[in-house]
Amino acid sequence: MRERTSGRTVGGFRNLFLQGPAVTLLLLWMLVPLGMTIWFSFQRYNLMMPSVSGFAGWENYYYLVTDPALWTAMGNTLLLVGSVLAISVIGGTLLAVLFQQEFFGRGIARLLVIAPFFVMPTVSALIWQNMMMHPVYGVFAWLSKLLGLPVIDWFSAMPLISIIIIVAWHWMPFALLILLTAIQSLDDDQVEAARMDGAGPLAIFWFITLPHLKRAISVVIMIEMIFLLTVFAEIFVTTSGGPGLASTNLAYFIYIRALLDFDVGAASAGGVIAIILANIVAIFLVRTVAKNLET
Amino acid sequence: MATLHLNNIVKDFGGTQVIKGVDLEVKDREFVVFVGPSGCGKSTLMRMIAGLESTTSGEIAIDGERVNEVGPADRGLAMVFQSYALYPHMSVEDNMGFSLRLAKVPKAERREKVLAAARILQLEPLLDRKPKALSGGQRQRVAIGRAIVRNPSIFLFDEPLSNLDAALRVQMRIELAQLHEELDATMIYVTHDQIEAMTMADKIVVLQDGVVEQIGSPMELYHHPRNRFVAGFIGSPKMNFLEVEVRGADAEGVEVALPGGDCRVPVAGDGVSAGDVVTLGIRPEHLALDEQGPLTGQIQVIERLGGVTSLYLEHGDSEWILVADGDVAHRVRDHVRFTFDPARAHLFTADGLALAHLERHPLVDIDRKENRASSASGGQR
Repeated sequence: MRERTSGRTVGGFRNLFLQGPAVTLLLLWMLVPLGMTIWFSFQRYNLMMPSVSGFAGWENYYYLVTDPALWTAMGNTLLLVGSVLAISVIGGTLLAVLFQQEFFGRGIARLLVIAPFFVMPTVSALIWQNMMMHPVYGVFAWLSKLLGLPVIDWFSAMPLISIIIIVAWHWMPFALLILLTAIQSLDDDQVEAARMDGAGPLAIFWFITLPHLKRAISVVIMIEMIFLLTVFAEIFVTTSGGPGLASTNLAYFIYIRALLDFDVGAASAGGVIAIILANIVAIFLVRTVAKNLET
Repeated sequence: MATLHLNNIVKDFGGTQVIKGVDLEVKDREFVVFVGPSGCGKSTLMRMIAGLESTTSGEIAIDGERVNEVGPADRGLAMVFQSYALYPHMSVEDNMGFSLRLAKVPKAERREKVLAAARILQLEPLLDRKPKALSGGQRQRVAIGRAIVRNPSIFLFDEPLSNLDAALRVQMRIELAQLHEELDATMIYVTHDQIEAMTMADKIVVLQDGVVEQIGSPMELYHHPRNRFVAGFIGSPKMNFLEVEVRGADAEGVEVALPGGDCRVPVAGDGVSAGDVVTLGIRPEHLALDEQGPLTGQIQVIERLGGVTSLYLEHGDSEWILVADGDVAHRVRDHVRFTFDPARAHLFTADGLALAHLERHPLVDIDRKENRASSASGGQR
């Protein structure tokens, strides 16, 4: 017993010593970029005008907040995140139920349906742009022609919807993967008890499967949210945020400010706003998810 | 009112027959127990009755009507699962009322029925809790309550007590027996535990490898096992078996050779004659220590349970288990002599079938219901 009590204080030092490097590294990794971003956001710092420098106060923020482009980008971000979440969670849940059924070639079908998640965003955007949504060679154009419908030029007619489709295609398999593993842990006895109680397939889905998936769904939402707030490659490759600002989200907006306008100060201010937005979302999210994980 | 008839039921799982032609008749208000070692098909048989498993061939009839094509919900049965299978996200009340909710029973009526069932099982204080906040025994009660609420014609229990600890199991066993009395319903119960079968059943169905070995009252199975498997399966500790040679057979019984002299067992000797080898079976509790006894053995292990003592004896290459009084003073390695009453011994032919006793045991043909004090009014309801 005595060894254990003395071991605790020794262990405390030892733990600190062993954990120290990792914690320090992580802190530096997080704090240095964050600190620099905040620092730059208060500076006059434009690469095109090296002579103009010095402390800017809230000027960068003022110009940003009064710039209607920011609010358009913010709206687009929320629309993009919300739609992709809805599509991938609802679609993923239904697909998970489907792929849980026994059918011939299920193993291969599962592999194929998860595959899009392993395609790089840039590549998937290029595939969609040139093979699916292209107004001349695209599969969709061919389909519309087959049906005698007018051909849609996806990226100019509905740019944000096109981006949503591409991103949802990429993230639905992720939701499916998580939800499929969750659905496999559903107790067969529960389903059978529900059948004995008179539940049909729909009632079983609604009263048994869905409540069972609640926790997994909240995990999917949380993880996807983190990644969807920063969607960039798909926009960069296909629409470049256009036409106009129609498909510009916050990440792309910051990119425009920093690397097209070379205004590091304004871009940093945009970055800080993005951090605040992400944190607001995260607070709500973490709370609900934590509540779900408890029960 | 509910009766159940199984007519030559067969279940085939991709070429392997797990149920090989079962015939069974369950009378109204009967407590029938399916018992057998694991893998004998008893759970499959119950799941077929429940409608959760299809029937390859044969007919299942409830109240005389064929139900093979009827879905599990519409057969009017309720099942209690080994894992309880409670819905974890619903309160106890919602769990119990789930079937009524699906049947679109109005909320007030639903609550009334749930409360009635909760009263029987003393679950009233727990109605708002989630299953996670309940102990094993309480969960078990909720599962039973969920079955009661449906007011089924037949209750099905699939090893409901195997997840409980020993003390709770005994308690729930008694509660289930009382419940059977109170509800006066037909019940079918699956277990691998022969004590549960013996204590609760009106009728036991012993299964092995998808075949019914014997159907009968607990006492019939104990005193008149049809074959060696049933004899070994029913009763604890297991029955002793010894290969012996037949000296002769006549109307009085069969004379067999024992190490300490011949012995006449009062069974019908049709089909055996002098020189045949048969198996003598004697239950450990029917062996008695006796200094003049014809059999001897050396004690290998002693298990003292207080009230009784089990002696594990060895003689040559034969082994015996003997249940003696709790006060025997023998020690390990002692040599003892023992005897038995030939009327309580069994003889099994080479193919495992028992030779019928000339006299039936007096307790065998007494209906279990007649043993119960409250059964005078059993016919009503």
